[in-house]
Amino acid sequence: MNLILISLLVLGITGLVAAILLYLIAQKFKVEEDPRIDQVQEVLPGANCGGCGFAGCRALAEACVKADSLDGLLCPVGGAPTMEKVGAILGLAAGAAEPKVAVVRCNGTCEARPKTSEYNGVRTCQIQHNLYVGETGCPFGCLGCGDCVAACQFGALSIDEKTGLPVVDEEKCTSCGKCVKACPRNIIELRKKGPKGRRMVVECVNKDKGAIARKACLNACIGCGKCQKECQFEAITVENNLAYIDPAKCRLCRKCEDACPTGAIHAVNFPPRKPKEEAAPAAPAQNVEPKKEEA
Amino acid sequence: MSTFKIGGVHPHDNKIYSAHQPITECPLTTKAIIPLVQHIGAPAQAVVEKGQKVKVGELIAKAGGFVSANIHAPYSGTITKIDTTIDAWGMKMPAIFMDVEGDEWLETIDRTPDVIRECNLEPKEIVDKIAAAGIVGLGGACFPTQVKLLPPPGKKAEVLVVNGVECEPYLTCDHQLMLEHGEELMIGIQILMKALGVTRTVIGIEKNKPDAIARMKELAAKVNGVEVMPLKLKYPQGGEKQLIDATIHRQVPSGALPIEVGAVVDNVATIYAVYEAVQKNKPLISRVMTVTGKSLRKPGNYMVRFGTPLTEVVELAGGVPEDTGKIIGGGPMMGRAMNNIDMPANKRTSGLLFLPENESRRQEPENCIRCGKCVSACPMGLEPYLLSKQAELEMWDEMEKHDVMDCIDCGCCLFTCPSHRPLLDYIRMGKGKVGGIIRARQMAAKAAAEAAKK
Amino acid sequence: MKKLIVAPAPHAHSGDSVRKNMLLVIAALMPAYVVSVIAFGWGALLTALIAVAACVLAEWAIAKYILKQKPTICDCSAILTGLLLAFNLPCNLPWWIIVIGAIVAIGVGKMTFGGLGQNPFNPALVGRVFLLISFPVQMTTWPRPLGFATQYVDAETGATPLFMLKQMIKSGDNSMLDQMPNLWDMFRGMIGGSLGEVCAIALIIGGLFLIITRVITWHIPVSILATVALFAAVTGWCGALPEGLCTCEYVAYELLAGGMMLGAFFMATDYVTSPMVGWGKIIFGVGIGLIAMVIRTWGAYPEGMSFAILIMNATVPLLNKIRPTRFGEKKK
Repeated sequence: MNLILISLLVLGITGLVAAILLYLIAQKFKVEEDPRIDQVQEVLPGANCGGCGFAGCRALAEACVKADSLDGLLCPVGGAPTMEKVGAILGLAAGAAEPKVAVVRCNGTCEARPKTSEYNGVRTCQIQHNLYVGETGCPFGCLGCGDCVAACQFGALSIDEKTGLPVVDEEKCTSCGKCVKACPRNIIELRKKGPKGRRMVVECVNKDKGAIARKACLNACIGCGKCQKECQFEAITVENNLAYIDPAKCRLCRKCEDACPTGAIHAVNFPPRKPKEEAAPAAPAQNVEPKKEEA
Repeated sequence: MSTFKIGGVHPHDNKIYSAHQPITECPLTTKAIIPLVQHIGAPAQAVVEKGQKVKVGELIAKAGGFVSANIHAPYSGTITKIDTTIDAWGMKMPAIFMDVEGDEWLETIDRTPDVIRECNLEPKEIVDKIAAAGIVGLGGACFPTQVKLLPPPGKKAEVLVVNGVECEPYLTCDHQLMLEHGEELMIGIQILMKALGVTRTVIGIEKNKPDAIARMKELAAKVNGVEVMPLKLKYPQGGEKQLIDATIHRQVPSGALPIEVGAVVDNVATIYAVYEAVQKNKPLISRVMTVTGKSLRKPGNYMVRFGTPLTEVVELAGGVPEDTGKIIGGGPMMGRAMNNIDMPANKRTSGLLFLPENESRRQEPENCIRCGKCVSACPMGLEPYLLSKQAELEMWDEMEKHDVMDCIDCGCCLFTCPSHRPLLDYIRMGKGKVGGIIRARQMAAKAAAEAAKK
Repeated sequence: MKKLIVAPAPHAHSGDSVRKNMLLVIAALMPAYVVSVIAFGWGALLTALIAVAACVLAEWAIAKYILKQKPTICDCSAILTGLLLAFNLPCNLPWWIIVIGAIVAIGVGKMTFGGLGQNPFNPALVGRVFLLISFPVQMTTWPRPLGFATQYVDAETGATPLFMLKQMIKSGDNSMLDQMPNLWDMFRGMIGGSLGEVCAIALIIGGLFLIITRVITWHIPVSILATVALFAAVTGWCGALPEGLCTCEYVAYELLAGGMMLGAFFMATDYVTSPMVGWGKIIFGVGIGLIAMVIRTWGAYPEGMSFAILIMNATVPLLNKIRPTRFGEKKK
């Protein structure tokens, strides 16, 4: 009996002393933190993708709490709804954000762009890019090793085995921009999603002269400038033998698509054309995926 | 027998295919393409125009900066255009195109085979002549030679180390050069000694070239201060830092140049070019190339003028073998695999190696078994297994802390790895990234310092 | 022209492979295995075969059905683990205990960590220690080496030299000294013990073979053996030994008895679970030697090699922080 009592007492006192010590230490080393940081972090997606330009969701939350206005602070994953919630917590107005999506600007499919050598090193684009032109003759085009696929945390990218090119799943893409950074050839661009997801894209980044570009890839933009002439809204510029459609100016009239002799310009997510116009080049496999019904 | 102290591997040297093949002149081409980037540093600036007629040895592009080199016409003829061409890796490079007409040389160039021994120039004049001749390190790095001959203030060269090691398997061009042009090399060495103001020269030659060692020893006996040092067989003995360690037992500290320990290293091919430039007024317009391979019909050592398409050199050696899987510019350890051979020969092309298809592919990588063989093999005392993993995980700061910038790209780690892991591929990528980060930091520091000044 | 192959340099390889290294280690174990078969007969033969077969099967099954990886049987590492496990077992062990040991070695010791190259502890030793703790009686019943007369079960058994040494040092009673095998017998392999303990000379030959073929470096074995010898010499010199046993003999007994040679040359030098850099290896070896001798001298078990190696395995990540000497590094 005595033994039990002593053990109980000893253990109890030890526990009490330890508890007091821990409490004191916790008080001493307590870090004062704005409780709103936790609240903001709560509404953020928590993927820590870094798409906002900060080290992670917590860093963004801290920045939001510190900031006077939310302009320039955007969680690309959560988009406007999330930022509105953040704004509500902090009593600030959320900055306007436009939904964006990652766009692969290369259509050098296996048929259009034949392989001229066999790459036998590590299957990463970065290393292949540092080494040489790549397996095909195009020094600008997709290398197909899938650095972007590996970089995507949302499973929105995959390599199409038939074309050898990455495909963006627009439903899953959060436009965090990781793939843009991962691609050593700067092929992927974040573009405005457009009304009903419709947009016009030049799917090529080859800056070589027409003949050289064409020799490397049948689908290449040859910088002929026909689209530029056709466009009534001055949305298209041709620089360094390469056309670029400014999404801010484009009115989706699709005239450039018809004008392009190589089929480098693609109309994405448009409904199928009327039968008589079907001769126009069809959008390639990678773009038809999230085809939306015309409302 | 001496060698460097840390790491190293023993690849099969495979030199029998082209060893002792006399240096053969490659026939002249009809359309030459002369790249403007044949060296490390800024590209050369073209000083000729379309339609202009040039003679062999005339300056056609001048150095584009302090670290850059002149380029001279290797052929006589008419400049047709200044445009871009595709290099051996499919990337664009600027080049001068010319139609070859006859073989007319500048009158100042001495084309006789006589060996000229006298050299009465001042050190400054020698360096100027070398700079004017556009000489670069022909061992592989193509670093402009005159830059090495002008030590930064406060540093003094003490020893000239001559690289006759040729540790790359297959290559034999330096070996053959030592056998055929030993006398010229000795004169070149004396010229460089004079230019640098040094009294001691060590010629390092690996022991698999006994005839070259004997020949150079015989010649060196007649010259004061020149010593031939046979070295044990070990790769990468031809690396600048390793060679200094092996010959004069000094270790260049991390990030420093050889001049830090009082050494200047030059390859025998470079020294031959120095001799020709100083004594014969002949600028660097050609070099000896080893064209070799197990199934090549006529492997050998060829004297090729720059601008000659490699295809023509290959034709001379018997054409591309049927079973070719990989064509390498240089040796198998550090050479770059090419995706075409339409490129013209230039200062960088030290060799062409044709590997049969069954030797061309890497084996599938397996798990790292942490055997530590890469650590033992690394001649810089780095930890390749760690660096490669860090590069894979994009841990650039960690890589910098583990001295990735010391890596010399020798390939010993990948060569030795029993799991066939692509160690160097990742390390090289990481080195590029870390180098970029360091440069950006230096720029930022510089800008901050300047801003503080104002 | 046909498609050229392009890869980053280097384009040559030494021809070394994981499989080659494993096969060389297996080859180096063969002399000791042959001696053990001669000494223990069918039991030794069967024990090794069962252990190897069980290890290979376990690895194949786990890789295929649980991890859904490509099985890595071809690298021969499972064969080596099986063989090393068998070398740590007595030859009259029931087959099902061997199978349990093999499954624990491969399953717990290796595959749970992701397979070859990922495991922090030597798999064969994990299996062995598991069996030692779970089946202490069977695992410490050592048959005497009687050649093929050794029965697979119910063999005539006897105490190991290490056990006797410990008893004598503890009690100070030297009556067991007559039962100790003489040093020559221990050297050439006529003592009771596990398969791998039976013959020191065969293991030394195998170990030297590994060092000559550059599969292992000298650092670990030399530092282990040197530490053990030093430790034994010091304890002997301090006068802890029973009468009639001189210090030299004691050092020799400690070096030759038990799993010392097997551990020093084959178990501690396992690539995956040993440090990579020279100095790390030496510290690792010294640690093993010290711990093994502490257990042998004062611990509950007569033999401490397995525990010593496992404990030092845990320090390997730390020891790998020791950097090799960089080129051009100033010597302090």
